Amino acid sequence: MTEFLIYKLILVGSVFGITLFVAAYSTYAERKVAAFLQDRVGPDRAGPFGIFQPLADGMKFIYKEEIIPVVSNKFLFILGPCLAMLTAMMAGVLIPWGDTLIIGGKTYSLQIADLNVGVLYVFGVVSIGVYGIMIGGWASNNKFSLLGAIRASAQMISYEIAMGLSIIAFVIMTGTLSLGEISAQQAGGVGGDWNMWNVVYQPLGFLIFIVCAFAECNRTPFDLPECETELVGGYHTEYSSMKLGFYLFAEYINMFVSSAMISTLYFGGYNFPFMNDLGLDHNTISIIGTLMLFAKISFFIFFFMWIRWTIPRFRYDQLMNLGWKVLIPLSVANIFITGLVMLLIDKL
Amino acid sequence: MTLNLFYFLSFLAIMSAIMVVLSKNPVYSVLYLIITFFCIAGHYMLMNAQFLAIVHIIVYAGAIMVLFLYVIMLLNLNKESEPHKSTLQKIAATICAGLVMIVLVGSLKGTEGMIQQQPAAADIGLVKALGKVMFTKFLLPFEITSVLLLAAMVGAVMLGKPEKR
Repeated sequence: MTEFLIYKLILVGSVFGITLFVAAYSTYAERKVAAFLQDRVGPDRAGPFGIFQPLADGMKFIYKEEIIPVVSNKFLFILGPCLAMLTAMMAGVLIPWGDTLIIGGKTYSLQIADLNVGVLYVFGVVSIGVYGIMIGGWASNNKFSLLGAIRASAQMISYEIAMGLSIIAFVIMTGTLSLGEISAQQAGGVGGDWNMWNVVYQPLGFLIFIVCAFAECNRTPFDLPECETELVGGYHTEYSSMKLGFYLFAEYINMFVSSAMISTLYFGGYNFPFMNDLGLDHNTISIIGTLMLFAKISFFIFFFMWIRWTIPRFRYDQLMNLGWKVLIPLSVANIFITGLVMLLIDKL
Repeated sequence: MTLNLFYFLSFLAIMSAIMVVLSKNPVYSVLYLIITFFCIAGHYMLMNAQFLAIVHIIVYAGAIMVLFLYVIMLLNLNKESEPHKSTLQKIAATICAGLVMIVLVGSLKGTEGMIQQQPAAADIGLVKALGKVMFTKFLLPFEITSVLLLAAMVGAVMLGKPEKR
């Protein structure tokens, strides 16, 4: 029992650390990718190629003067960024970071907790994620912050529906809600045993899911809550110092977690092609699998940035039109098609 | 351990439920109500009803309360703008609420025997067991509810369409 607890504690600690590390270096990557796409150099002063830039940014955030507006609601003003950070960190618990490791005859799972309602848990965390933004925006007592908060909540609720419906079609296909089982189902891939990743069976569902993931992370083209040209800074207009840092950081953590979710649900998780044909032992395959998962996650984080620096922001009515009149009917159609195909496969 | 957790959650749930009523600021009321919902979800979890707990959080804490908060923020309701009720209204509301509480307590007292007679299976709250019951025993009500919800959603989309000139 103690051994189990210590192992889980180590796992939780390392997932926590890796999440923060990846989020910190996503900020650096974002600036480098932006620079690359706009034919600039990007940050290159702190260390070789500017790799200490996240540290420098963090130091700057901590040492900046902290201003809490007199008219604001002080407790809720501080609670806002805390909640944003907390909910961003919560979803990482369920991601299967790799297959099992066998050390000294004992099997260790690289997933912290495998709930049998896994997908729904992640969905629940996403749905309460909006409170950080809403509470912070309201507590600032500023019209621009409030508008940003209201936009954020309307946007998140609208896109949650389409996201939920796309997951329903997905669950019809997999027959399980547990993320561990979903990963295990996609084992093998191209090679000796023919088994495709879920994205092949659910292309439309994947498209809806990734669009909704962009909207839930408040990333461009859906970053209306912090739209500078209209709302000064959106929900974090009044925030300064590390509290602003927390809001910005939470966005990068969300991006990391949603990339991990997309990789796990649709792109095979820790599985990679030819994994059973290499003739390596179980532990080596597991470690390579974990590295492959992180490669997939890095690709999706890059994809998030790629989109951000390519596509301009939507207008708010366009955003609502896309959510309600395009994505929801499409996802209902997707459920219908998936159900029909599953029924036909059963009959044949 | 489980019993201690039960008492802690119950205490928190009742305290925040009382604070919902006592808070002068509507936004605080909503936030306390969210805490109450989380405590109730915790109770479901203690009863091994994981599905119910998570759906409770998604639907109540994640969707309905966000809409509540949205409306309160949009209307900018706060301590100053809260309408003052007359004393007669306050007394009438107190009596009504007290009567409702008596009815609820009375009906709950009546169910004591029933709980003893039907010990639930340990996995009744898990997705698989719940799904089986829903798609066999309660298929018709389940389907009707889902069509109703779909109709509501289609209605919302229809309302969003611009009127024809």
